[in-house]
Amino acid sequence: MSLELILFIVFGGIAAVSAVLTITRSNPIISALFLILNFAGLAGLYLLLNAQFIAVVQVIVYAGAIMVLFLFVIMLLKPEKEKLFSTHPQLKIFALIIAALVFVQIAYMIFLSHPDTANANVAASVKAGTVEQIGRELYTNYVLPFEAAGYLLLAATIGALVLAKKKFE
Amino acid sequence: MNIPIEYFLILSAFMFIVGVAGVLTRRNAIIVFMSIELMLNSANLTLVSFSSYMGNSIGQLFVFFVMTVAAAEAAVGLAIIIAMFRNKLTLNIDEVNIFKW
Repeated sequence: MSLELILFIVFGGIAAVSAVLTITRSNPIISALFLILNFAGLAGLYLLLNAQFIAVVQVIVYAGAIMVLFLFVIMLLKPEKEKLFSTHPQLKIFALIIAALVFVQIAYMIFLSHPDTANANVAASVKAGTVEQIGRELYTNYVLPFEAAGYLLLAATIGALVLAKKKFE
Repeated sequence: MNIPIEYFLILSAFMFIVGVAGVLTRRNAIIVFMSIELMLNSANLTLVSFSSYMGNSIGQLFVFFVMTVAAAEAAVGLAIIIAMFRNKLTLNIDEVNIFKW
């Protein structure tokens, strides 16, 4: 058993278990904390995949900024606790069965397609994940989407301000 | 690159399905929102694993843009939830059904 596999099992296990715990807790604050744990596990997996920049951004932007926003809103609104399967239990069990079927289908497709990774190059993979490589791509070939992303964030800021305002004049 | 890429893809599929189950079974608007973030992240994991195994950084660039969209979505969505709570005093999406036919 290689170190890589052990790390994959640890981080993957954290990500999978905390994902399940996120959607099964009745208290939304505990859900949000488990979602942060899930994001931390994902950051570990990204490091395992040689994606250093994405791993750091995952921790800073997702686990840091976005989840703090979630926790802030949860604590601001203080939602009541919700019991699982309290309303429409048959409908929810049906939904779970549908989800399980979709999982089986995706797993079947993954193993059927049998992706060929025999010529995966570790050096190329490490180089692809560096800040230098991503920054070069971002500011040369993808500069237009980058600007568009900036405008999207500006629009989202204005939209959030307008929506959360007390009332329209 | 000792781990087969299938492991990452299966983990990603599992997280996506957990997100789908969360959206379909939970009634709290904020938890539905967090399930959507879970699904976005599982797509990110797929993109990063393919990008890493191909030795090409384009997939990681897409993850960067997905994160931008997720941040924008979280800001607008939470503002909508606050506005909804102010009008209806509830977060239960079964009770917020004025658009339902």
